[in-house]
Amino acid sequence: MAVDEATVRRVARLARIAVGDNEVPHLAGELNSILAFVEELSELDVTDVEPLTSVTPIRLPMRDDKVTAGGDPEKVLSNAPAREGDFYVVPKVVE
Amino acid sequence: MSELTDLTLAEARDGLKARTFTSSELTEAHIAAIEAARALNAYVLETPEKAREMAKASDAKLQKGEGGPLEGIPLGVKDLFCTEGVRTTACSRILDDFKPTYESTVTAQLWRDGAVMLGKLNNDEFAMGSSNETSAFGPVANPWLAGNTDKARAKAALSDLASAGTAGVLVPGGSSGGSSAAVAARLCLGATGTDTGGSIRQPAAFTGTVGIKPTYGRCSRWGIVAFASSLDQAGPFARTVKDTAILLRSMAGHDPKDSTSVNIPVPDYEAAVGRSVKGLKIGVPKEYRVEGMPAEIEKLWHQGAEWLRAAGAEIVEISLPHTKYALPAYYIVAPAEASSNLARYDGVRYGARVPGKDIVSMYENTRAEGFGSEVKRRVMIGTYVLSAGYYDAYYVRAQKVRTLIKRDFDTVFASGVDAVLTPTTPSAAFAIGSKGSADPVEMYLNDIFTVTVNMAGLPGISVPAGLSSENLPLGLQLIGRPFDEETLFALGAVVESSAGALPRPEKWW
Repeated sequence: MAVDEATVRRVARLARIAVGDNEVPHLAGELNSILAFVEELSELDVTDVEPLTSVTPIRLPMRDDKVTAGGDPEKVLSNAPAREGDFYVVPKVVE
Repeated sequence: MSELTDLTLAEARDGLKARTFTSSELTEAHIAAIEAARALNAYVLETPEKAREMAKASDAKLQKGEGGPLEGIPLGVKDLFCTEGVRTTACSRILDDFKPTYESTVTAQLWRDGAVMLGKLNNDEFAMGSSNETSAFGPVANPWLAGNTDKARAKAALSDLASAGTAGVLVPGGSSGGSSAAVAARLCLGATGTDTGGSIRQPAAFTGTVGIKPTYGRCSRWGIVAFASSLDQAGPFARTVKDTAILLRSMAGHDPKDSTSVNIPVPDYEAAVGRSVKGLKIGVPKEYRVEGMPAEIEKLWHQGAEWLRAAGAEIVEISLPHTKYALPAYYIVAPAEASSNLARYDGVRYGARVPGKDIVSMYENTRAEGFGSEVKRRVMIGTYVLSAGYYDAYYVRAQKVRTLIKRDFDTVFASGVDAVLTPTTPSAAFAIGSKGSADPVEMYLNDIFTVTVNMAGLPGISVPAGLSSENLPLGLQLIGRPFDEETLFALGAVVESSAGALPRPEKWW
């Protein structure tokens, strides 16, 4: 399952990472090297094996559906790269 | 006052309680040591004013005979832990000068118990790396040098750390490389780390320090920058087994804010140090005898087994048949989780933003400039293995393999084995710039002995056990049953005392 340059571009797009044309061949090589490394797993028979979902045998706790924090827009927005009042500012999304 | 930095954490604690010296004196000694060691690049942010304030508050308590279990003890914090009002970057450009408005649970508990914060420590970007070379702040110099290294030349090379490897300057391991280097160089009495595939134990082995990754769920992950959530655990670094036991007691505990944190009492780990190991059954897994393993690592491993036998433990050969699949499975599971966790860095709510012609190109430009090459590689691999058509072939298969790896350990522990003994790393520390530049997999192989432990969620400790032929520290790893860190501290203390005092890295920087 070798990764070609079109796949690199598609994955970069899915991952929302801008990739320059000059980087694509190099990235394809690196991704292929990692995929070749993990290829070893295909020799194992895992037909009746359940995928592991938790290493601890403890059931996830439930909590009441209550607001326990919040109400402090200053804290929430204090690290915003761009803000106006109590809002984050982003490039125009809807025309 | 420089000798105060040579104390162990336990000695410092006792000295503070006896009022032989004050926390302010102890803290000043460390601040001075940090200033004199900036060339090592262990700290990415020094917080001396905060440290002085905290030390003063501790002294006031100590004077009245009050204070917590870590009252007045100066520590370093890996830059993956969110610290309120103090810049936290995960050593990535994408977090820019992010100042959290909250404190991670683990660090909050350290401050609750009286510890003093000296600053934030370097690490691989988002903890992705085994050498601390992927950090946006640059590499860290290991305070250890090989016996034949020209110290003056190494010192001169520190001005350009990225190429200092040619002068024999070594990596401190990773990802918690700032933590391991700072503890080894006497720039703090202990430090926090995180371990997703070996990021506490491997750097501990490379620097002659002790590091423990507790059982998954033992420490809260709340407020720690996430890498791979099903594998990440916080743990301490220190210069003795006892010191890590003291620190873990403060760091561990149930936290309702982390649903995977486990609600079982935290034992007095320090009491386990010095406990008899007589009658304990120690497994030595034959699958860890990997091809090309240096003879000195094999020899140290045998020596470790002999020490434990001499202390009354029984050594048995065991089999963990799926060991060789752990690393490939890890390089599917960890990047998959990382690609999901790192989706939050979008340039909107915090961190850096790089403009674009529309919102998608703003995301893409921000992430292209903000992430380093190793992080991009892993996010892309993770995105690929989770994408339609590949999910079952890669991700689900890797999670099934993870079940098999865990089952290997379950079987061994069910047969009466109390702990497993292995080398921590396949080699001693290597030179900066010497690995992984052509093929990323070369670097990944560093974690071959540590990664199984994360995959199975078990506790693992690395204890310095000897020196290589080049006079560099080597570590042994002990792996325990879930939530049985106490047995690891007891066994670790035996390895530590049997190995005897290792030389300390003399100041050359």
